[in-house]
Amino acid sequence: MAAANGAGRILAGGTDLLVQMRAGVVAPGAIVDVKRIAEMTTIVEELGGFRIGAAVSAAVIGEHERLAQAWPGVVEAVNLIGSKQVQGRASAGGNLCNASPAADSGPALVAAGAMLTIQGPKGRRDLPVEKLHAGPGRTTLEPGELIVSIVLPPRPARSGDAYLRLIPRTEMDIAVVGCGVSLAFEGDVCTSARVGLGAVAPTVLLVGDAASALIGSRLEPDAIARAAAACRAACRPIDDKRGTIAYRTKIAGVLLARATAIAAQRARSH
Amino acid sequence: MSKIHVSAVVNGEPIEYLCDPAHTLLDVLRDQLGLTGSKEGCGSGDCGACSVTIDGRLTCACLVLGAEVDGMSIGTIEGLAQGDQLHPLQKKFVEMAALQCGVCTPGVLVAAKALLDRNPDPSETEVRYWLAGNLCRCTGYDKIIRAVLDVAADMKETAR
Repeated sequence: MAAANGAGRILAGGTDLLVQMRAGVVAPGAIVDVKRIAEMTTIVEELGGFRIGAAVSAAVIGEHERLAQAWPGVVEAVNLIGSKQVQGRASAGGNLCNASPAADSGPALVAAGAMLTIQGPKGRRDLPVEKLHAGPGRTTLEPGELIVSIVLPPRPARSGDAYLRLIPRTEMDIAVVGCGVSLAFEGDVCTSARVGLGAVAPTVLLVGDAASALIGSRLEPDAIARAAAACRAACRPIDDKRGTIAYRTKIAGVLLARATAIAAQRARSH
Repeated sequence: MSKIHVSAVVNGEPIEYLCDPAHTLLDVLRDQLGLTGSKEGCGSGDCGACSVTIDGRLTCACLVLGAEVDGMSIGTIEGLAQGDQLHPLQKKFVEMAALQCGVCTPGVLVAAKALLDRNPDPSETEVRYWLAGNLCRCTGYDKIIRAVLDVAADMKETAR
C-alpha cells in the first residue's frame, strides 16, 4: 500500500471496489487482497464477545450460530446487504469502509457498541464504530490504515438487539432509513440502550438522547414516544429519489419503536 | 502491468492461466477459458447472470478478480450436466419451460443448485428470496420458482 503512494486499494469482498473500477470511479495503482490474512477472515469468541475479521463474508457471519444467538440484529443487518451472490463475498468491514450513510451494517454495529481494531503504519488502535465515518464515502482512517476486525462485546442475560430498514421492495434495495437498537434489562427495567440510525444524515448516527429516553423505563408508550422523538430530532437527511426529508424523519421514529419492540422481545427470551 | 499466474480448479479440472490484474473472473472464464455459459448482464453484481460458486459459495463472477481465486475451486454452469446427462434442474427447466430468452438461465440454474445443495426442501418464500439476485425479464419468475420447487419435491420422493 505504501509503494502505491495513495493509489492503492484494499480488496476484501470486492463488491464495491470492482463496481467502482468498472464504472471508472477508481483506478487503483495497486490492489491488496486481504482475504489470505487469517485474522481478517475468521470469527473468534473472545472475552465473552466476538471478534469478527473485517473481511469475513456476510454469508459466513450468517451461518455462525452462536453469533446469531448473541447478536441477531447485527447478523440480520449484515445479511440484508445485496443478494445471496453478494453476501457470498461482501464483508462487514468493506460495508463500513465504503462509508455509505445507508449501509445496513452501520446502525446495527453502532447499536451493538462495536469496536474496530485498526492497523496502520504506526501500529494498532481501537476505534468505536460510530467514529469511523467522516461523510458519504469518507472515513476517518489515516492513509495506510485498514480495519482488521470488528469486536462485539459480551452479552449479559436479558439483552437483545434488532435492526430494521425501510425499503420500497422486499429485498435487494438500499435503506430509506435503517435503525439498530440494542437493549439490556434488569427485571422489566431497561438498564442500558444504544440506538443507531442510518440513511438520515451524512454518517451513521449514534442517538444518545433516544437511548437516554429508554434507560430507566419499562418501555412504556411514553418512553418509546420520547425515544422516537429523539430519533426524529437527530435526523439531518436529504431529499432524494428514495425518500423526502419529511418522510425519512417520520420513518426514523417509526422504526425506532418497532426495532425496540423486537429487541425487547429478544431480551426477554435471552 | 505484468500478468498474474493462477492455478485453480474449474468444474473439477485443474487449470492454469495468466490474467491481467484488473480482469474479472468472468472475463477469464469467458474470454480465456472459453466457458461462455456464464453471462455478463450488468457487470455490477445486480443481475446474477454470471453466478458461479467459489469453494461451494455462490457469488457473481463479475465481482471477483481472476487473480483472487488461486488455489480455489470454481463451479460454473458448464459443470452442471454430467456429459450428455442434464442435471435434474436443467431437465425440469426444459420440461416446464422455465426460460424464454435464456440469458439469465445459467445463473439461475447455478444459484438454484447452490440453494438445493444447502436446503433440499425449501419453501416457496425461501426460493424466491434466494433467487432475488437473479433477474429475469422474460418469465415473470413464476415458472422458475415452480420448476425449482418441483425438483425439490422430486428429490424428496427419490430419497423416500
